[in-house]
Amino acid sequence: MEISIGQTQGKARWPALIIRVISILYVLVMIFIPLVVIFQDGFRQGISEFWHQITLPIARHAILLTLWTSALMTVINAVMGVITAYVFVRYEFPGKRLLNAIVDLPLAIPTLVTGVMLVMLYGPQETLGRFLSEKIGLNIIFAPPGIVISLLFISFPFVVRAIQPVLQDLDLEQERAAATLGAKPCVIFRRIVLPALIVPVLSGSLLSFSRAVGEFGAVVIVAGNIPLKTQTAAVYVLGAVESENQLGASAISIVLIAISLLVLIIANTLHKHWGVHR
Amino acid sequence: MKATKITWSAWGLIAITVLYMGFLIIAPVATLIQGAFQNGVNALWQSLQAPALRQSLWLSLQIALLVVIIQAVFGSLIAWVIVRQNFKGKWILNGILDIPFAISPVVVGYMLLLLFGRNGLLSPALDLFNIRVAFAIPGMFLATLFVCLPFMIREMVPVIQNLDRQQEFAAETLGATSWTIFSRIIFPQIKSALIYGMTLTLARALGEFGAVLVIGGGVQGRTETTTLYIFRALEERRTTDAYTASILLGSFSVLIVFLADWFKRWQTRKSQQSVG
Repeated sequence: MEISIGQTQGKARWPALIIRVISILYVLVMIFIPLVVIFQDGFRQGISEFWHQITLPIARHAILLTLWTSALMTVINAVMGVITAYVFVRYEFPGKRLLNAIVDLPLAIPTLVTGVMLVMLYGPQETLGRFLSEKIGLNIIFAPPGIVISLLFISFPFVVRAIQPVLQDLDLEQERAAATLGAKPCVIFRRIVLPALIVPVLSGSLLSFSRAVGEFGAVVIVAGNIPLKTQTAAVYVLGAVESENQLGASAISIVLIAISLLVLIIANTLHKHWGVHR
Repeated sequence: MKATKITWSAWGLIAITVLYMGFLIIAPVATLIQGAFQNGVNALWQSLQAPALRQSLWLSLQIALLVVIIQAVFGSLIAWVIVRQNFKGKWILNGILDIPFAISPVVVGYMLLLLFGRNGLLSPALDLFNIRVAFAIPGMFLATLFVCLPFMIREMVPVIQNLDRQQEFAAETLGATSWTIFSRIIFPQIKSALIYGMTLTLARALGEFGAVLVIGGGVQGRTETTTLYIFRALEERRTTDAYTASILLGSFSVLIVFLADWFKRWQTRKSQQSVG
């Protein structure tokens, strides 16, 4: 009803026009130009050289390591995110409010500090870290598990916060009706709750994946910088910049940007087309 | 309402959640706090006295505050344009805005290096005016600005969408100037979102690491922010210094975000009460 009253489409007044031009220029200068420059630099010696740079054994390993650790994190995070959000929305228990506030901690803590904390907890000289590596043979720090754990820490809020409002809005009557008709809890969850959650879970997960692929601060502390072992793509870029391997740095950067952008676009499309109405 | 049969599975799920969050989030945070105190309060106090830490804190704060101010202005402007204006290519503007969120901070620093570095695209112009951006504070400022770009906008867009436009039209009909409409009607409604967005930006700016490392180089006393100080302390195996600075930075960020969150909820409650 209020749409019809005052949409200033078509002819904008000049203050509106100035604001618009400033906004577009700001975004253009801040984001668009750097992106163009890095793509131009990565392809300046042709596609074959670009391909050569990203298929060098160390670079390829770094990219693959980044992808599989991020993917593993995404799956675990999706499952645990659904459970956590479900528990927060449906059950009452002592300490719930505090726990609910703690979900947002990873958003506030700098990722470098996250890395420091994890090294202190799981590091080879620390009690828990030594116990795990001597008794179970599981090394976490300077090994892929550390990468996955640090990514899990950073991404935890994304899925939980994406699902919580959807669960809150979900019609409890349906579930009660199903329960009255004798449906088991797992059947109710699978048939009624899960279908409503699929889109928010997917878009939250994709968002966390695109973030994880580029993660640097926590990973560089936790994983170290061992080529062919624990060096992720972002850490590889840092090494390439420091050793003045400009083409390599640009090529791997482009791969990182392309992956993140692709995933981000899919997540946004999902959210836009199926997200709000459910 | 729930049958007693479900309680077992309910407690199981609650236990899983508590255990998972305990291991993933609470245990590391507790370890950090304990670690900073492990060599006694005196060692902690000494770490806090380090001049390099003081310098780095001051630099971080300066960069972050400047970023917050600029972001508050441009973030609100961009959010306003996205919500209130229609023009061709708006979807491109809207889509581009999330990019800083997805790009690796290292890549952000490197992109700026390609523009402003020694052989950078803009280096002839910069040399001409004798301006240093790379390995200097202006570059670190730009990197932080880039990384923090989406926070303010994403916070403001829903609030501007929910503004009651009837009030604006009414005021306009009664002859109010644009400035009066802004200061008396719009600003009070967006105030708490503005503060929340600024706080998120501040926390993010203070914690920025990868981008300022690449573009700033982390030269002690000159381009060393607090995160870079922590990184150097770790590499030099001064663990107490690293832990102390980490707990300082971490607890400050957590504190301001929680305060802002509390403020936002308090404001919403207040406005609901005044309506109802």
